[in-house]
Amino acid sequence: MTTLAVELTGQVGALSLALGLEARGGAGPVVIVGPNGSGKTSALMSIVGALKPHSGHVVLGEQPLFDAGRGIDVPVEARGIGFLPQRYALFPHLDVLGNVAFGVAEAERPAREQRARSVLQDLGVEGLARRRVDGLSGGEAQRVALARALAAAPRALLLDEPLASLDAAVRREVRAFLAAQLRTLAIPTVIVTHDRADAEAFAGHVLVLERGRVVQQGSLAGLAAAPATPFTRQFAVQDAGDRRTDSAD
Amino acid sequence: MTPPGPRSPSSSLARSLWPAAVGLLAAALLLLIGLPLAALFLTTSPRALLQGLADPMVVPAIRLSLVTTTASLALVVLTGTPLAWLLARRRGRGWRFVETLVQLPVVLPPAVAGVALLLAFGRRGLLGPLLAGVGVGVPFTRAAVVLAQTFVAAPFYVQAAVSMFKRLDPDMLLVARTLGASRPRVFFRVVLPLSRAGLAGGAAMSWARALGEFGATLMFAGNLTGRTQTLPLAIYTALESDLRTAQSLSLILLAVAFGLLITIQFGSRR
Repeated sequence: MTTLAVELTGQVGALSLALGLEARGGAGPVVIVGPNGSGKTSALMSIVGALKPHSGHVVLGEQPLFDAGRGIDVPVEARGIGFLPQRYALFPHLDVLGNVAFGVAEAERPAREQRARSVLQDLGVEGLARRRVDGLSGGEAQRVALARALAAAPRALLLDEPLASLDAAVRREVRAFLAAQLRTLAIPTVIVTHDRADAEAFAGHVLVLERGRVVQQGSLAGLAAAPATPFTRQFAVQDAGDRRTDSAD
Repeated sequence: MTPPGPRSPSSSLARSLWPAAVGLLAAALLLLIGLPLAALFLTTSPRALLQGLADPMVVPAIRLSLVTTTASLALVVLTGTPLAWLLARRRGRGWRFVETLVQLPVVLPPAVAGVALLLAFGRRGLLGPLLAGVGVGVPFTRAAVVLAQTFVAAPFYVQAAVSMFKRLDPDMLLVARTLGASRPRVFFRVVLPLSRAGLAGGAAMSWARALGEFGATLMFAGNLTGRTQTLPLAIYTALESDLRTAQSLSLILLAVAFGLLITIQFGSRR
């Protein structure tokens, strides 16, 4: 099974980042949590190659994608890492099929569309193929964005708040769906979330990020048993205060 | 602020005069703009128009304007698109200064543009010796016409392009790259298709400005029939000999400008 190993330190924007994580395919995702501005999105950006920390490395399987010491910096498009941004960022000038076919590495258009259709089918949304993306519901857009990422056959997957822009009712359903998909996919996955229910459903290794640094990590139950910071307590301990995780926010 | 309390008679007078004052002032400006435009039509006949177009300088001027504005538009799009892309993507004070600099020709008096172009590309200008060394003299040539048009018209395109590019979601461009698209591919497959309408509008405004260019062209390129005499310069020259020719050419330019404006507004509403 492939492993995504990340060790990054340095200034990215206004934030001093010190991130270490290891996501293994088939072993459940790494779930990054943390307060606003703690560097969760910057962490994903650094792994995908859009931000350049000063030192450290990103290794996917046997291939170094970034190594400051050895001067290795594989460009974003050659990293083979899929990325789902928070608001999905579907291409508004293409229909659903066009979006999903965009990243398929086939020279001929029919081959690209055939692959795109089969991915849409796998995710149970083949009926959307010819729809415009601005008419999709939140749940549909989420599946199309996932299909678009998977159609490019990524070797690792990064998801930034994959459920945050959904209504509470839809969120529960999509969460279960997404968790099942990720289990089947079994590639290294990193998920950023602010929602305890996500961390629980994805059953991953939770990494608490505060001010750019990893302050604690472990299973959700482990964190709840011995929270190291007030944020961890509030996040991991289910009945710690007023944070109802599945409420609309 | 009006003080609270019972309304005085004077304020009720002001209230009743208000609609009349607004209407009158607005009508005055409308008249000032509308009357000259109407006069262009009302003071001529189809026959006089055709006679005006018979003047021997008309055809060369139309041809020259078409050739030079096509060339300057190509130059503006070819160089303005990359510049706008950089301006939209880069942060920092230096880039904001460049953005302001690029807009300067919009407010610069055309006469100043003419002097500036002469001082840059003229025989005694900054690049004069260099250009003379390779046997190129720019002033008073078609190249000078194109340069003057590009100088004054480029900002209209660049501004439109920058504002289109800035509106694109950075996440979307990043996702495109994670899907295996190189930077050029992202530009041609995502950025351009999503900016097409705005770029076309900017190009149309820019072309209209180039077509109307007068002052800088007169000073930098001169007014030589068939060589540097574009439509606006031909109008200026015709005024001294045959007003009908000036009027005919003016109506052509008016029709083109009006057509462009309608097209742009129709395009932006879609």
